[in-house]
Amino acid sequence: MIERRKSWLEDRRMPITKREVEKIAELAHLELTEEEKEQFTVQLAAIIAYVEKLNELDTTDVPPMAHAGRDERADYAQRDDVVGEGLGSELALANAPDPARGYFRVPKVIEEG
Amino acid sequence: MEIIGLTIDRLHEALRAGATSVTEVCQRTLERIEALDPQLGAFLTVNRDEALRRAEELDRDLARGEPLRPLTGVPVAIKDNICTKGLRTTCASKILHNFIPPYNATAVERLLEAGAILIGKTNCDEFAMGSSNENSAFGIVRNPWDAERVPGGSSGGSGAAVAADLCVVALGSDTGGSVRLPAAFCGVVGLKPTYGRVSRYGLVAYGSSLDQIGPITKTVADAARVLRVIAGRDPRDSTSSNHPVPDYLAALDGEIKGVRLGVPREYFGPGLDEEVRAVVWQAIHRFADLGAEIVDVRLPHTEYAIACYYIIATAEASSNLARYDGVRYGYRAQGATTLREMYRRTRNEGFGAEVKRRIMLGTYVLSAGYYDAYYLKALKVRTLIERDFREAFARCDLIVGPTSPTVAFRLGEKTEDPLAMYLSDIYTIMANLAGIPAISIPVGLSREGLPIGLQLHARHFEEATLLRAAHAYERAFPFSHKPPL
Repeated sequence: MIERRKSWLEDRRMPITKREVEKIAELAHLELTEEEKEQFTVQLAAIIAYVEKLNELDTTDVPPMAHAGRDERADYAQRDDVVGEGLGSELALANAPDPARGYFRVPKVIEEG
Repeated sequence: MEIIGLTIDRLHEALRAGATSVTEVCQRTLERIEALDPQLGAFLTVNRDEALRRAEELDRDLARGEPLRPLTGVPVAIKDNICTKGLRTTCASKILHNFIPPYNATAVERLLEAGAILIGKTNCDEFAMGSSNENSAFGIVRNPWDAERVPGGSSGGSGAAVAADLCVVALGSDTGGSVRLPAAFCGVVGLKPTYGRVSRYGLVAYGSSLDQIGPITKTVADAARVLRVIAGRDPRDSTSSNHPVPDYLAALDGEIKGVRLGVPREYFGPGLDEEVRAVVWQAIHRFADLGAEIVDVRLPHTEYAIACYYIIATAEASSNLARYDGVRYGYRAQGATTLREMYRRTRNEGFGAEVKRRIMLGTYVLSAGYYDAYYLKALKVRTLIERDFREAFARCDLIVGPTSPTVAFRLGEKTEDPLAMYLSDIYTIMANLAGIPAISIPVGLSREGLPIGLQLHARHFEEATLLRAAHAYERAFPFSHKPPL
């Protein structure tokens, strides 16, 4: 049986609350409008109720499918660790919204309070 | 040179005979895009000047006596979530509205080496998330067969462009059916190769264990030609396979006698439109007439596929899309005073509703306390789905069914109900979950004149078997209808 840990989310499946939607948005670095919060609460509840369908299946002795590669000859994710060519800083910065002196400039990182 | 219905072999025949030039075909194609695309919306960027420059270069090569390469002079359209060096690649998202990739995707690099002409970048659902192409930040795509209907998604621009003869070949990407659904809705051929068959390097990641680049073409032979070029190991994608790439074209011998075609009853259950059912069954009987053996198979976990898929795909998406934060490329919200505020406002202003919805769902199923109940559970169900196919393929060589439960639906019909939209993918997502190849070919029209697609699945790396059967059908029962443009 699946044992679930207590967490910041209430230990029940349904329905998802607006408070939970706000917490998930915070984790995902999304700042939702009030309207979006209301809409997502309803829509995510419906989708989560639907995916609960998987609990009809007994998966006690079923291993999880870890990856999708099915080529026995492949050495997935293994290669020699050698230095290759990079983009160079000019090209790497070419798409930057705010490049400065060879760096990506961002607003201040340390917040007050 | 007539470009309506133009295929790679006919183009090459004409070039060999001196009946046309690469430049002429390129010009005609650009003219047709100019004339028709304002209504269709299939292209986000037309690569006009560079395409013409390259066409002239290819004509000079040919004049010097250089032999035709596999795709010499072929106008190719590329879905806008596949990176093209120096050519804007937006993923149909505001967050990448100005992104100019510093490199080509490996698949694009291989097309260019084979002589193709990059004619433009095609519209799609934002970050390939959608089944109707209505989630693009830069406008909808209309179905060439009926302007009030969707072209299917997420590679809707690629499907519409091929169907409307705005290119000869297009690349799409297929995470849950995004090549095959637009192919079915637009009456063209769409191939999703085995996971790992085509390098994903330069394909903007959505669901990394499901994503695969595939061709959309007018004929099965063209799909074989393009796959031969783009398939194969790439050191830049550690999940790409070393499996040898056969000459897919040579496999197209029209032979289908004795091939065991499995019909899963789960693909013909409730929800399947009666007209689609009838046309697909007619096609299955035609396969039998050509000598295929029809066998009953079961895929008992089909009804769990959508739930399984939307957990795995959104979990992977929530992780993959964390990189769009306004720091290194793309859109950045102005006026934020802290880094955290800049991230949040950038992502909120830059992403559309469906992308946010999927990031939210993916974050939820991966979050502490819910990981085991949702994500781990879905990975286990994915194992069961792969086992279904393994057991079915013990009794048959190919699995056949409809590509979609309905013909192209109306614009706006499903935009208010995300779950109803997800159900359009019911028959296509199984192949992505199992990692096997699948193809959609057009097999008929509905009474309203809309294309109906048939889907074939094969075992891992057996694209040759898939293409051989699809080609044998196409040769015996060619789909000769064209959209009323």
